Amino acid sequence: MRWYWIDRFLEFESGRRAKAVKNVSLAEEHLHDHFPHYPLMPNSLVIEGVAQTGGLLVCEHGRFEEKVVLAKVSKAVFHCEAVPGDTLIYTTLVSDIREDGAMVTGASHLGDRLQAEIELVFAHLDEEYLGKELFEPGDLLKMMRIFGAFDVGRAADGSPLADRYPLEL
Amino acid sequence: MPTKDEVFEKIQEALVEALGVDDDEVIPEATLVGDLGAESIDFLDIVFRLEKSFEIKIPRGELFPEDVFTDARFVDDGRVNEAGMAELRKRLPFFSNLDEFAKNPVVQDFGSLLTVADMCGFVEGKVEVSG
Repeated sequence: MRWYWIDRFLEFESGRRAKAVKNVSLAEEHLHDHFPHYPLMPNSLVIEGVAQTGGLLVCEHGRFEEKVVLAKVSKAVFHCEAVPGDTLIYTTLVSDIREDGAMVTGASHLGDRLQAEIELVFAHLDEEYLGKELFEPGDLLKMMRIFGAFDVGRAADGSPLADRYPLEL
Repeated sequence: MPTKDEVFEKIQEALVEALGVDDDEVIPEATLVGDLGAESIDFLDIVFRLEKSFEIKIPRGELFPEDVFTDARFVDDGRVNEAGMAELRKRLPFFSNLDEFAKNPVVQDFGSLLTVADMCGFVEGKVEVSG
């Protein structure tokens, strides 16, 4: 199983904001296990999708050199359900980023309708974790490629994001 | 220029949002850890909200001096030594319970003594307050 909870980036502005799409499909196993006979996109996985959309922004800001973890879900308010056939659009905004972490505000939309409002705190792990690998080397860049971040991404100066990672692509 | 009451109200709002507590629980004498249930990661969340709300910068370690507690010069066997207490007094003039902490300066107990009033004092030291 792959822990990918977005399908593709639509926009990616380094260190600032990102937009991603998540298509909810009846073929997804978890929809059948969450509430039997009532397939529904679990809210926790919407949070995870928003966290991946925003977390990769935070990771990329640090050139994938910081160990970034989702430390806290400060807010998660859901306004409606997402069901098979729905397309969710996740938008995330880095509201603050500093040496010890970042705060990201996010939203999930179903068409014009606000589906969820999310606030997340990411932490940069300190020295005691420096010797431990959280991900295999290159995993995050692989996720960026699979999600199409380099196809749409822009660096802070507006240049193509792909130009920042010539060796990895 | 905010008044002291406005500083308190903004801190109250930040703590309500960061800790999921009710307005009336956030009183000056409430301790963040003991009374309001703050955990270590909540301090980062609180710092983000204070920076945004007051348009200030709070460098790492300024509100919660974790670097002192991990510095071998200042800690012996999990307890802050005299040099460490001197460092804390110099860096945390807003911390009203420092004398209380000095009686039994176990590092792990430090966070539980920080009060809402201390946070107000900390912010008042960084912004100009009227009234």
